[in-house]
Amino acid sequence: MRKSTEAKKATSAKELKKASKGLPKAVPLKKVTASRTANGKKKNGAPTVISKVTLSKQLQLQIFELMVKARVLEERLIKVYKAGDSYFWIGGAGEEAFGVPLGLLVHKGHGPEYDYLHLHYRSTPTLVALGMPMTDSLRLMMNRATDPCTGGRNFCNHYCFPQWNVVPVTSPIEVQYGMAIGTAIAQKRMKSKGITIVTGGDAGTAEGDFASCLIWSTRPGNELPIFITVQNNRWGISTPYDQQHGEKYIADRGKAFGMRTTVVNGNDPIETYLAIQSEMEYIRKTGKPVLAEFYVSRLYGHSSASGANREPGECPIELFEKKLVDQKYITTAEVKEMWKRFEEESRIAADQVRQEPVPTRESIWDHIYVGNENADWRKF
Amino acid sequence: MANMAQAIRMALHVGETRLGVTDIFGQDVGAPLGGVFTATQGLKTAWNTPLDERGIIGTAIGLGLAGQRCVAEIQFADYIFNTIDLLKMAGNTYWSSNGQYNLPIVVMTPVGAGIRGSIYHSHSFDAWASRMPGWKIVMPSTPLDAYGLMISAIKDPNPVLYLNPKALMRVRGEELIPGEPADEKELKAMIDKPVDGRQANWKPRWPELEEYEVPIGKGKITREGDRATLVSYGRMLLLCNKVADILREEGIDIEVIDLRSIYPYDWQLIKSSVQKTGRVLFVNEDTEVTNFGEHLAYRATMELFYELMARPRVLAGKNVPGIGLHPNLEEATVPQLEDVLRETRELLAEVP
Repeated sequence: MRKSTEAKKATSAKELKKASKGLPKAVPLKKVTASRTANGKKKNGAPTVISKVTLSKQLQLQIFELMVKARVLEERLIKVYKAGDSYFWIGGAGEEAFGVPLGLLVHKGHGPEYDYLHLHYRSTPTLVALGMPMTDSLRLMMNRATDPCTGGRNFCNHYCFPQWNVVPVTSPIEVQYGMAIGTAIAQKRMKSKGITIVTGGDAGTAEGDFASCLIWSTRPGNELPIFITVQNNRWGISTPYDQQHGEKYIADRGKAFGMRTTVVNGNDPIETYLAIQSEMEYIRKTGKPVLAEFYVSRLYGHSSASGANREPGECPIELFEKKLVDQKYITTAEVKEMWKRFEEESRIAADQVRQEPVPTRESIWDHIYVGNENADWRKF
Repeated sequence: MANMAQAIRMALHVGETRLGVTDIFGQDVGAPLGGVFTATQGLKTAWNTPLDERGIIGTAIGLGLAGQRCVAEIQFADYIFNTIDLLKMAGNTYWSSNGQYNLPIVVMTPVGAGIRGSIYHSHSFDAWASRMPGWKIVMPSTPLDAYGLMISAIKDPNPVLYLNPKALMRVRGEELIPGEPADEKELKAMIDKPVDGRQANWKPRWPELEEYEVPIGKGKITREGDRATLVSYGRMLLLCNKVADILREEGIDIEVIDLRSIYPYDWQLIKSSVQKTGRVLFVNEDTEVTNFGEHLAYRATMELFYELMARPRVLAGKNVPGIGLHPNLEEATVPQLEDVLRETRELLAEVP
């Protein structure tokens, strides 16, 4: 696969192998494949046969294209940061095989009749799959007045799109596990087809909000339609998983509540697509929650605070590309062309956004209270 | 005459039947208890939560995001502290989403000392609350205001923190809530759950209540005078009224302002009063360092300096870690009647 210029320096196979020494021990992915089949029935003796079920060629290519688009966008954000056009980068390079299928499977719309998305700052692939134009992500990255999510107020990838029920992303991501209870209660009350989807990282599950979500969503007679997901990249900022957790699988914590749980190889988009589809069906049908843990990669570190350089780790796009090329669904030349096309789109988008206006100083007083009611005590 | 618990209950009833309130919830809020002060008894949308304050506030935010109107309760303000970053988040949701998501939620919690509540049932929260931009903060001192402020809080499209002075929950007012029966025994028979064996199938009979509103941000003069101004809210307001009554016997007319809203606050009312009296004392029971009264005293100093006849004063709780249980400890910590009286006399005696 193609990589951005700055990424190339650190990504030869040899260097990656060398850099991998001393990293937290990776969980063998074979053992963590989904423990249920696509129809939700448990098979005797995991690993499961889920990866034998497959998706249409057209869908696989659609997923691949969106994964590439999301990665190019994320790498563009990093370039914008490195060029000094923004102050900070934090994002989801490495989570494409989870995020894109999620975005494609969401019942997209506004209000409790549709799915709610409590996302985090590694959810760019989901937004790309939902249809977010690159310009909007770059407006947020470059804190422009035109930024539709926050008006230039928040970090990159802190999305907010009410038209798709993407509620505001917060820097402490685990708080979304608590807020998800509320949107799910609204959906349950109106017997909606919509469900609540909440994402978070492995480290944040140590916070009490994660326990709140498990406890509140499984009370007998009051079960809630929440798809509780954890993107486990085996890191909490700079601290490896083993220094933060003793439990083998985070998903196992759901078992104490009698809830359905699953552990999925989040670097295989076919597996994640089938798993998400099956779990969503279960939640829509039963109104009960599912706890799903997806093993994903974190390819550029936690944030620009650690340099935002390519780091060792399995690349879901490289793996998927190989599969697609092997199956002759796509040629290497076509893949290259695809990367080039998105690179061009992202470059033009960045150039455009760079010209757009920045927030005015007076705008700090906007939107503190509804209707721009005065919030400045000097004017009371 | 309703007491404050009944007043809040009746406002919540209006909220759930006429103002779109979908959920009234918190620890022990639903049946059988209906709230530790019975403020949520007999309400059809009241339900019990796990003992989980962060879950309660997180749920309120989620309900607000989904366009629902809710009233969440934290059983005592002492237990709200572990939710403070969630409160911050609720306050910044409208702003950080650039006006895309407002949260029409109410969080209510009993505050203050006065019931021998010791270290974990006596805390105040008004000073902390005043530091949460994006929230509106209200605190009634009478049942009628408790009713009207709750109606306004429910109707407000922004998050509103409703601080109810727990020591006043059983205190009756002097003004009828529009629609309540004049006879308090009749009201009790209608809306209070019987404490004997008849409670199994009990249902309240609600009076025909009016949507009486106390506008958020508007204070009220409870005693008129021209010698000095006392500004307070909640339980301390009643002490200020008493001090004014005592001094009136001596021929000294003190003006007392019930602020009712902590944010936004009624500066114009304070300003016009202080311009008249030249002397002002701010009274509340939260701890004294970085106290909300200090902000008001600062503002009075900055804007009214040349009209003042005395230094603006703040009388607040002592800056100690808690309210001790023994009456000697509690009384030495939070302002008592004699403290307000002494401070007022000193304020009056000051020569510029």
